[in-house]
Amino acid sequence: MTTDDDDAPSLWQRINAYHDELFMAPWRAGIARQARNEEEILVALLFLEALGIPGPADYYALELYPDLVEAFHRWHQRMGMDTFPEAGVCC
Amino acid sequence: MPAFYLIVITLGAFYLGYRFYSKYLAERVYALDPNFKTPANELADGVDFVPTNKHILLGHHFTAVAGAAPIVGPAIAVYWGWLPAIAWVILGTVFGAGVHDFGAIVTSARNRGQNIGTLSGKVISARASTLFLLIIFFLLTLVNAVFGVVMAILFEAHPGSVIPAVIVIPIAMCIGQWVYRMRGAVLIPSIIGLVLLYAAIPVGQMFPIHVDGLADMLGLSVRTTWVILIFAYTWVASRLPVWLLLQPRDYINGQQLLVALAVIFTGVVVGWDTITAPAVNDVAEGTKHWFPYLFITIACGAISGFHSLVASGTTSKQIANETDARYIGYGGAMGEGALALAAILACTAGLGSAADWNTAYASFGAASGGALDHFVTGVGHFLSNIGIDAALGASFAVVVVVTFAGTTMDTGVRLQRYILEEIAELAGFKALVGKTSLLTTLAVLIPLALALVPGGDSSGGKGFAFGQLWTLFGTTNQLTAGLALSVISVWVMARNRNPLAAIVPLTFLLFMTSWALILNLLDFLAQGSWMLLIMDAGIFVLTAWLIVEAVTALNRQRRTA
Repeated sequence: MTTDDDDAPSLWQRINAYHDELFMAPWRAGIARQARNEEEILVALLFLEALGIPGPADYYALELYPDLVEAFHRWHQRMGMDTFPEAGVCC
Repeated sequence: MPAFYLIVITLGAFYLGYRFYSKYLAERVYALDPNFKTPANELADGVDFVPTNKHILLGHHFTAVAGAAPIVGPAIAVYWGWLPAIAWVILGTVFGAGVHDFGAIVTSARNRGQNIGTLSGKVISARASTLFLLIIFFLLTLVNAVFGVVMAILFEAHPGSVIPAVIVIPIAMCIGQWVYRMRGAVLIPSIIGLVLLYAAIPVGQMFPIHVDGLADMLGLSVRTTWVILIFAYTWVASRLPVWLLLQPRDYINGQQLLVALAVIFTGVVVGWDTITAPAVNDVAEGTKHWFPYLFITIACGAISGFHSLVASGTTSKQIANETDARYIGYGGAMGEGALALAAILACTAGLGSAADWNTAYASFGAASGGALDHFVTGVGHFLSNIGIDAALGASFAVVVVVTFAGTTMDTGVRLQRYILEEIAELAGFKALVGKTSLLTTLAVLIPLALALVPGGDSSGGKGFAFGQLWTLFGTTNQLTAGLALSVISVWVMARNRNPLAAIVPLTFLLFMTSWALILNLLDFLAQGSWMLLIMDAGIFVLTAWLIVEAVTALNRQRRTA
C-alpha cells in the first residue's frame, strides 16, 4: 500500500528537478524552435504525395504516417491552412 | 585601503539601492501589480511563454547578461584609478542598470512579451525598428571582433590554458548528448564535467599549446593566427544545433561564474589584500581622459543595453508574477555589478605593489591590451591566498573568460546571421535570403576584418586596435541602452507617472556616448585608421538619429498627457 508521503518526491528528486529546470529554462524556446524546424522538413518530405508531388521514399515510410499525422496537421495549420483540402489525410 | 572595505561599501550600496530605490521604482514608476496576468500565464505555450520560478529565472537572467564584458571593461577602466571605476559601477548599477533592466522586463511583460526592437517601433516610431536593427548590427560586429581578440590575447599569453579551454567543448557536447539523447538528469554529469574541467587545468600547464609553427608557415603573427583559428571555430560552432554545444556550454559558464565570484571574494577576505593602486591615476597629457571614456569603457557592470535584449527577449516571457520583475531585473543588474567589482579588485589589489600596478598600467595601450592578463594575474593571486597555486589559478581565470567569450561569439554569430538576413531583405538583396552558409560566412568575416585592424600602441595592443575596438563596442552597447530607456521613458510617461528615473540615465548616456564618439572620430582621423573611422562615423549617425527619435517621442507624449 502506498501513501501520499511515499509518492512525494524525495529531496534528491526535488534537487534534480530544480537543477534540470535551471539547465533547461534559458534555452527551452530556442531548442523547441530548432526541433520544430527539423520536424517540418521531415513532415514535408514524408507527405510529398499529399502535396501532389511524387515522394520516392513514400513506400518505405508508410508505417511512419500514423505517428506523423498529428505533426502534419500542426504543420499545415502553421502554414496558414486551417483544414487540409485533400480528403483522407488528416482532417 | 584593505580591499575588503571596497566589497563592503559596494555591496552595501547595492543593498540600499535594492531596498529603497528599486522599491520606489516598483511602486511609483512601474506600478507593479501582483494580480496582472503575465504573458507567461496568459500565452503559456510550453516554448516561449513558460511561468518560471523566480530564483531559477534570476539564475538564468544573471548568467545570460553576465559574461566576459563586465570583466574586460573594469579591467581597462582602472587605468584612471579605482575610485572613478568603482563609483561608476555603483552609480551605474543602482541608478542606471537597475532602472533599465527592471524597466525592460516590465515594459515587455506589459506588451505581451514583445522585444525592445518591436516595442521601439510601436512606442517610439516605425523608423525606430530599423534603427534598432542597425544598432544591433554594429553591436554584434564589435562584440564578435573584441571577443575574438580577447581569446587570441589569452591563448598567446597563456598557452597552458588552451587544453582546459578546449576541453570544455567535448565536455559540453557529452552533457548535451546525455540530456537530450539519453534523457538523463543534468546534476551528476555536470558535476563530473566540472571535475574533468578542473583536472584539465594542471594537464594544460604540463602541455602548453603553441601555434608558432603554424604562424611561421602562414607567415602571420601568433596572435593573428589565433584570431583566424578562433573565427574558423566560431563558424563551425554556430552551425551546430543549440542543444549540442551552445546550451550545455552556456550552463558550464554559469557554474564557472559562480565559482569565480566565490573564490575571488574568499581570496580577498582570507588574504586581506590592500589596494595599493592610486584612487585616481594622473594620466599623461594627451591620453584618453576618464571623462567621458569611463562611461563607455565600463558598459556591462554599470549599465549595458545588451541586458534589454535578454530582459525583453526571454525573461519577460517567463516571469510568473509581475512583482518578480524587481527581484530578477534589479537583482540581475546587482549581480553583474558584483562581477565588475571582482574585476576591479583583481586588477588593483591582485596586482601587488604600487610599482607593479604602475608598470601594468603604464599607458592606455598597456591597460587595454593587457587588461585580461591583469585580471588573470589578480585572480591567480587571490587563489594563492586560499592555497591554490597562482599559475593554476591564473589558468582557471583564463578558462572562465575564454568559455564566456566563446559562448558570446557563438551566440553573436547566430544572431548576426538573422540580422544580416533581415537587413538584406529590407535592402532588397534577395540573393542573401535563406543562404545560411553564406550569411554565417559574412557574419564571421566582417568582425574578423575588424579584429585584424592594426592599431593600439606597442606597449599593450601588440599590433591590434583592441582598446579602440573596446571603446566602440561600449558606444554601441550604450546606444542600445539608450533605445531601451527611450522606450521605458515614453511608456512610463504614457501612464502619467514620473519618468525622470529613466530620462536622467538616458540623457547622461546619450551625452557621454556622443562626446566619446566625437573624440574617437578625431583620433581615428589623426591616426588614419579608416576602418575604425567608418565604424565610428556610422555609430555617430545612429546616435544622432536616436537622439532625434527619443526627443520627438518624449515631446509627443508630453503634449498628449
